[in-house]
Amino acid sequence: MPGWSEHVGTAVALPRDNIDTDQLIPARFMSTPRAQGYGNFLLHDLRRDAHDALDETFPLNTCPDASILVAGRNFGSGSSREAAVYALLDAGFRVVIAPSFGDIFAANAVNNGLLPAQVTPEVAADLAELLASGPREMTVTLESREILCGATRVSFDVKDGWRTKLINGWDDIDLTLDHAARIAAFRDDRRSAAPWAWPRRPGAQYAR
Amino acid sequence: MTAPRTLLDKLWSAHEILRRADGTSLLWVDRHLVHEGSHHAFAKLAERGSAVAEPGLTFAVADHYAPTRARGLAQLPQIARMISTLRDNAARHGLRLFDLDDAEQGIVHVIGPELGLTVPGLLITCGDSHTSTHGALGTLAFGIGATEVAHVLATQTIWQTKPAAMRITIEGALGPGVSAKDIALNWIARLGTGGARGHAVEYSGSAVRALSMEARMTLCNLSIEGGARFGMIAPDEVTLAYVEGRPFAPAGADLERARDAWAELRSDADAAFDREVALDAAEIAPTATWGTSPDQAVPVTGTIPDPDMLPADKAETARAALDYMGLRAGQPIAGTRVDQVFIGSCTNGRIEDLRAAASVLAGRRATVPGMVSPGSAQVKAQAEREGLDRVFVQAGLDWVASGCSMCVGMNGDVVASGQRCASSTNRNFRGRQGPGARTHLMSPAMVAAAAVAGEITDVRPFLAGRAA
Repeated sequence: MPGWSEHVGTAVALPRDNIDTDQLIPARFMSTPRAQGYGNFLLHDLRRDAHDALDETFPLNTCPDASILVAGRNFGSGSSREAAVYALLDAGFRVVIAPSFGDIFAANAVNNGLLPAQVTPEVAADLAELLASGPREMTVTLESREILCGATRVSFDVKDGWRTKLINGWDDIDLTLDHAARIAAFRDDRRSAAPWAWPRRPGAQYAR
Repeated sequence: MTAPRTLLDKLWSAHEILRRADGTSLLWVDRHLVHEGSHHAFAKLAERGSAVAEPGLTFAVADHYAPTRARGLAQLPQIARMISTLRDNAARHGLRLFDLDDAEQGIVHVIGPELGLTVPGLLITCGDSHTSTHGALGTLAFGIGATEVAHVLATQTIWQTKPAAMRITIEGALGPGVSAKDIALNWIARLGTGGARGHAVEYSGSAVRALSMEARMTLCNLSIEGGARFGMIAPDEVTLAYVEGRPFAPAGADLERARDAWAELRSDADAAFDREVALDAAEIAPTATWGTSPDQAVPVTGTIPDPDMLPADKAETARAALDYMGLRAGQPIAGTRVDQVFIGSCTNGRIEDLRAAASVLAGRRATVPGMVSPGSAQVKAQAEREGLDRVFVQAGLDWVASGCSMCVGMNGDVVASGQRCASSTNRNFRGRQGPGARTHLMSPAMVAAAAVAGEITDVRPFLAGRAA
């Protein structure tokens, strides 16, 4: 996954609280292989009417080029489905700005290069207000943790480790394998100090 | 003298391999549980050409897509593909798979404790947010996403930032007809769905100590609905009695050593928590949700709130929820007509849950259709030995096979658009049980009462003269 340090894109507001991952991608789409693209599943049932037609007034439908989403509190709560992040990415989003995020969603986002940019409720409301009349260009800078929209410049929060990872585009598995010797030593120590932590009836031997 | 430590501190340090300068810890994973939904992670592993690091600590189960009406997959190509992908991945990596026809199959968070795969002191991960369930046995158990699942498969470790410690203390005795589900819905209603975000919740107090192991699982299961990735309860005699003798749990000399280690798994008396919340068990009534988020819950004796009377930040969400749910503000929640009921899920699909529902339904008829899906094949067999299946069937409900079923709707068990379902599950999100479905969360006993009455109703009068 490529790293990035600054993103310039079109921002759209969806100022609703508690957009859970079941709304971001309904479960019935999750058996689809990723290669087929998840963009059309994003907020599928909110964007469409009962006859599956796109609701022209829904914010995301007014701006198919948007790459920055300004949302309400507790964005991405609920299910751990990483497919919610795939749906955002495949629909073109690189940044979600919200007052708070579901813990698992935020980790999944960072693992895929999508920034969960946390702002205060006041800043989120101000940004949504700026977008009330329609989408606008925004610049999001990881190093300075700043969002620029016209003359408005605000700060966002993201954990240090997550920021570093986004900038470098790190793959955690590669990083972890650098510690293989320490992991092996830890495993051996645990095996002798806590043999009860291993399943009594071996799992793998029962494989069919 | 060492500083007093919380249960979280003890579990964390026991699994910490190293800590980076930015504060992120690399943690050892004792058990990794995978299911059909883990296909993205296996695909990532295949891309890298990596093997599963610890097949002996990795267990696979078919649950999310498990058909419940008939196990045959011939008519269900999409589901068949999900299950065959899991079979292929388990076979390729030599994993023990609990397949559809396995006597030990079931919902991942039901079979973990049931089989003794979950024992105190472990760190357990699974690509499912309700992994917090396993914390009921004094484990560090948390849900992870697909990239993290791939990471655990490849390395048997996971990078995590230590959460803040939060304690929810519930003192006193629960009233008749009040369950762990009601405790959970109460604290979530009080603190909000994001109330425990960034925290690991430890449940304590006399009301928690008095809960059975299964009820503790229900309580920890719902931690994520309050935003907490982790929920946990210190192991005690109830825990030990539950664990002993289960097929994967330690025995003999290992069990003796384990008992010593497990005795240390409790927060020290003076340990400091970042946040403390106290609840009085006696004040908790049977509870039901009215909205589209688990914190939108009221006692069954209460009324559906008026958004105009709520704080501004909650009013708009409440208005949208009432609109979706087709409900009127200010009406009593009791008396809300339901179209169907569902009993099951990792939250409330265990044998005690089925007994509680059956104690309400015995000798009565449901006036609406519904289904009962036991949490595992073993729970199903046990229920049938006890004759609970006959109670459900005689009441007019469908008795089906185990799986995640109508909690998440992936297997085709869905609630039709606009239909209202009284459900013993964990999420009343928009569309969770199917597009346009209207879900009211409540305890299994409350669901059973709703089935009889055809509307949301207080279960307590139904229990008069019966063993609850």
